[in-house]
Amino acid sequence: MSQHFPILQVVVPLLAAPLCIFVRNGRAAWGLAVLASWVSLGIALALLGQVGTGGVISYAIGDWLPPIGIEYRVDIVNAWVLVIVAGIGALVSPYALVSVEREIEARRIPLFYSAYLLCLCGLLGIAITGDVFNVFVFLEISSLSAYALIALGKDRRALTSAFRYLVMGSVGATFIVIGIGLLYSMTGSLNMADLAQLLPGVWESRTVRVAYGFLAVGFCLKLALFPLHLWLPNAYTYAPSPVTAFMASTATKVAVYMLLRFFLTVFGWHFSFEQMELDRVLLPLALVAIVSMSLVAIFQVNVKRLLAYSSVAQIGYMVLGLSFATVTGLTATLLHLFNHALMKGALFMAMGCVMYRVGSVRIGAMAGLGRRMPVTMAAFVVGGLSLVGVPLTVGFVSKWYLILGALERGWWPVAVLILLTSLMALVYVWRVVEVAYFREYQGEGEAREAPWMLLWPTWALVALNLYFGIDAGRTAGIARQAAEVLMAGIGP
Amino acid sequence: MNIGLLVSHYNYWVVIFLMMVGFYILISRGNLIKKVIGLNVFQTSVFMLYITLGKITAGTPPILTEGEVVYSNPLPHVLILTAIVVGIATTSVALALAIRIKEAYGTVEEDEINRIEAGIEAGG
Repeated sequence: MSQHFPILQVVVPLLAAPLCIFVRNGRAAWGLAVLASWVSLGIALALLGQVGTGGVISYAIGDWLPPIGIEYRVDIVNAWVLVIVAGIGALVSPYALVSVEREIEARRIPLFYSAYLLCLCGLLGIAITGDVFNVFVFLEISSLSAYALIALGKDRRALTSAFRYLVMGSVGATFIVIGIGLLYSMTGSLNMADLAQLLPGVWESRTVRVAYGFLAVGFCLKLALFPLHLWLPNAYTYAPSPVTAFMASTATKVAVYMLLRFFLTVFGWHFSFEQMELDRVLLPLALVAIVSMSLVAIFQVNVKRLLAYSSVAQIGYMVLGLSFATVTGLTATLLHLFNHALMKGALFMAMGCVMYRVGSVRIGAMAGLGRRMPVTMAAFVVGGLSLVGVPLTVGFVSKWYLILGALERGWWPVAVLILLTSLMALVYVWRVVEVAYFREYQGEGEAREAPWMLLWPTWALVALNLYFGIDAGRTAGIARQAAEVLMAGIGP
Repeated sequence: MNIGLLVSHYNYWVVIFLMMVGFYILISRGNLIKKVIGLNVFQTSVFMLYITLGKITAGTPPILTEGEVVYSNPLPHVLILTAIVVGIATTSVALALAIRIKEAYGTVEEDEINRIEAGIEAGG
C-alpha cells in the first residue's frame, strides 16, 4: 500500500471529483471533498516522513520504467510542497461548507466541490511528477478548474477577472509547452532527472537558451511576478472566499516550486546563475514587486484586494530569496512558501468570515467589527502581524532568513529595503485594524460572531502561524535540507 | 541567413507567423470572442511546432513495415494530442465565460465592460 502513495496522492482527489457531480447534493459532495482532502494530507505527511531521512522515492507509473515511462519522483523539496498544498486543501474544505452555501447558488455547489478537488489534484500533480510534460497537463487541470472556481463568485466582475486570468494563464502555459518542446527537441527526453543529465551536453545551443526564456516567462506569469501579475488582484478579490483562501496559499506557491524545480534541478544552478545570470533579471523585478505592490496595497479600499496586492509583494520576497543564489536565500524562499501560505490563508479566511456576516469586505464595512466579531478580527490581527513579520510569528522567521541571506551576499541595501517594506505592511494592516477597533459599528442589522465552522479552520491556521513562529527549528530544518538538495542538483 | 535555410525550414516560419498572428489578435482585439480565436491560433502554432519536431528527413510514418528502418518520432504527436484536448477544454471554458459575461453585462466588448466596471467602482 505505502509504496503506491505517490500515485494515490493524485488519484484520490481526481476520482473524488467526478463523484461529487454524481451525488448531486451539496452536503454529500462536501463530505466527499473533506474526506478526499484529508486523505491527501495524510498521504502527503506520510511521504514527507518517508523522504525526511534524505531518501528519494521514484514511482514508475504502470511499471514503465523511467526515462521512457512517466516517473513520479518525491524528494524532500516536493514532499514539502505537497504538505503545504494538501494541508491548506484539508483546512479550506471544511471551511467551505457554510461559506459556499452563502455565496454560491445551491445547484452549483456539487460542481464547486468537483472543481475544487480537480484544482487540488492538479496542484498536487505538478508538485509530485518527475516528467516535464506531465507538469503541463497537471498545470492545465489546476488552471482550468481555477478559472471555473473564480467565475463562481457572486459579483459579476468575477466573470471578467476569470476570463482575464484564463487568457493570461493560457498564454503562460503555452509558453511553458513551447519551452518543453524545445528541450525535448534537443535531448529527446521528458524525464526531469534524465534531462538534468543530458542538458549539460547541449548548454551552448541557442535552442536550449530560447527554451529557458520561454519557460522563465511562462512560470513568472503563473507565479504572478511583477509586471506579469495583472491577472491576480481581481481574481482574488471577486472569487468566493474559500477559493481565494485556497488559491492565495497554494497556486502561486506551486508555480514558485515549478520555477525552482526547472531552473535548479533540470537546468542546474550552474547554468541558471552563471550562464543565464537569472539573478540579474529576478533581483530587480522582485525588489520592484515588493516596494510597488506594498505601496499599492496601502491605498486599497477593498480588503481582499489589499491582501491580493500584498500577495504579489510577498511573491517578490520568495523570488528575492532565489535571486540570492545561495543556500540561505533558497532556505528563505522555501520557508516563506510555507509561512506565507499559513498567513495569507488565515487572513483570507478571516475575510471570508466578515463576508459571511457583513456581506462586504470594504474597509468602511469593517467599522466596529473588533467588538462585534472579536474572534474573527483577532485572527485577522495575528495574521496581519505575521504578514508584517513580528517576532513569535512565522513572518518573522521568513524575514530573518531573507535578511540573513542578503547580508551574507553583502547586499545591505536589500536588507534595509526588506525592513522598510515590512513597515509598509504594518501600514496596510493597521488601516484595517484601526477601522475595526476604533470606530463605531454603523451597518444596520446585528453583525454577530461568525459560525464556528468558519472559525475553527481560520484559527487552526492562526495557531500554526504562532506555533511555527515560536518553534521554527523543524520548518527551517526541512527548508534548509530542501535548499541543499536543490542547490546540489541531480546533474553530473 | 541564406535562402536555403528559409526554404528548407518553411514549417518553422509558418509556426512563427501563426504564433505572432495569434498573439497579436489576443493583445489587440477588444472583443472577447476574437480574443478566444487569437488564443486558438496561438496554441495551434505550438501544435504545429511539435509535429514539425517529430518529422525526420526521409522517415516513414511510425508503423512497423518490412524493410523500413527510419521512421518519424511518434511521441510529439501523442503529446500534442493531449495538448489539443487541453486546447479544446480551454476554448470551451473561455466561451462559457464569454456567454456568462454577455448575460451579466450585455456585451462582450472589453472597452464597454471596462466602462461598466468603472461605473460600479465609482458608485461604490
